Amino acid sequence: MLELRSVGMRFGAVGALQGVDLELAPGEVVGLMGDNGAGKSTLLKIVAGNFAPTSGELRWDGQPVELTPLSAREHGIEAVYQDLALCDNLSATANVFLGRELHRRLFGILPVLDHAAMRKRSAELFGELGSDARPDDLVRRMSGGQRQATALARARLSAPRLMLLDEPTAAISVRQIAEVLELIRRLRDQGVSVLLISHRMSDVFAVADRVVVLRRGRKVADKAVAESSPEEVTALITGALEAA
Amino acid sequence: MRSLLRAPQSLWVTLTVAALAGVMSLVSEPFASADNIFNISRNFAFIGLIALGQTAVIATGGIDLSVGSVMGLAGIVTGLVLGSGQPLIVAAAAGLGCALLCGLVNGSLVAYFRLSPFVVTLGMLSIARSLALVISNNRMIHDFGPDEDLLLALGGGRFLGVANPVWLLAVAALCAAAWFRYSRLARHVLAVGGNEDSTRLAGVPVARVKLTVYVLSSLLAGVSAILMIGWLGAVTNALGQNYELRIIASAVIGGANLMGGEGGAFGAVAGAALIELIRNSLLLLGVDPYWQGAFIGGSIIVAMLVERMRRAGR
Repeated sequence: MLELRSVGMRFGAVGALQGVDLELAPGEVVGLMGDNGAGKSTLLKIVAGNFAPTSGELRWDGQPVELTPLSAREHGIEAVYQDLALCDNLSATANVFLGRELHRRLFGILPVLDHAAMRKRSAELFGELGSDARPDDLVRRMSGGQRQATALARARLSAPRLMLLDEPTAAISVRQIAEVLELIRRLRDQGVSVLLISHRMSDVFAVADRVVVLRRGRKVADKAVAESSPEEVTALITGALEAA
Repeated sequence: MRSLLRAPQSLWVTLTVAALAGVMSLVSEPFASADNIFNISRNFAFIGLIALGQTAVIATGGIDLSVGSVMGLAGIVTGLVLGSGQPLIVAAAAGLGCALLCGLVNGSLVAYFRLSPFVVTLGMLSIARSLALVISNNRMIHDFGPDEDLLLALGGGRFLGVANPVWLLAVAALCAAAWFRYSRLARHVLAVGGNEDSTRLAGVPVARVKLTVYVLSSLLAGVSAILMIGWLGAVTNALGQNYELRIIASAVIGGANLMGGEGGAFGAVAGAALIELIRNSLLLLGVDPYWQGAFIGGSIIVAMLVERMRRAGR
């Protein structure tokens, strides 16, 4: 479904990614691991269309694509960022629908925001996520878990084919971590692919089918979770093990 | 008390306006006269109209310091074109066209060249004022050609006992309130002010949103200028000079957050009303007009303090 061919990214003199190949099949959960600065977030932002790679090629359903945030969404790629990319001053519903607001036509012509429909849909999404977030609450007043739920609800809004999750369990409680992992499994069962960036080895080994390790911008491992171990991945991340 | 603290700032300001008006009508006989109320309402209409646009700019996290100078330029151009014998519709189009250009320059530099709104609009404050001086050659223009009566009636006239600019402000404020609540663009304006990067990640065309608010702000300054020269019956290049402070103060007192992400239509109008009321009260109480700046400046700071207390309270 998604294919990266020898993707590289330079920021001025700094090479953030070099020659990364990656394939993702429908319904596959891939854990992307690496130390700080290894290039995980850069890779995610390339797939989300926020950065255009400086070399290499992206393919979507076999076709070469140049992704922008909008076109990535149109292809069914949704990203949830580490900082959750929420607007604190707006309600949960406004954040869920940001950039994709629903309209109704006043007097048949004038497009106006359809607050009722948006509130109803976001309440449904929070229900599906098992979150106690309320649609009208300002994000500023929400807990870490509720904020995570808001970001996930936004990503689920369009029934995506690929979800990019950047450290989804970094800022939430243990109970909520279990919920997020359960959600990832539910997505996979629905045929949604997930690219999961995480520092938490246990998350990756709990839900991922494959683990990909980046070190200093290069891919040093790409193997089935069943054939690897946390010890091996730790060694790959730190460089104790060169490649696997 | 907590629920009071959570009430929107526009409500606080409206209550303050009502309280001040109540006290003034007790202590000053001329205050509640029909003439004085008419004057207050008309005076703040010019400011309130522009404060609506300023509120949208501030809600994106920007600021438009050039509004007073854009008034001057749009007023001079409208006056000159009228004086050359053109009908009002042509002259108004010319004046608004100049305002539009100023807004496009401001907005493009802020949105696409990522320059600081403060610096860009401070530059435009100087440029537009200077252009007004150049093309008017520092003359007062009071011959408005064949459509003079129409212009004077438009800006200086009244309908059902209320000054025309006040009617326009009322309509504009209602439209702006509906816009803030029901338009996607206004939602994006608040989102940009709340978290610009997130809004961009969500696929919102952030630059276009910013460009639009600066254009809107300048256009409203142009509209206000045309009404104002109709009221004054003459225009000099000094039209609107130092108005930016009162306009920004109106928006901020009305609840627009200079950090971006907050602001509303009624707040801007209430803020403009409060400032004009303070000015008027000081005059009626016989306070030396030299003190006005101190009171208006002080009221901005007090409004910010109240806002800070409200934040702490919620």
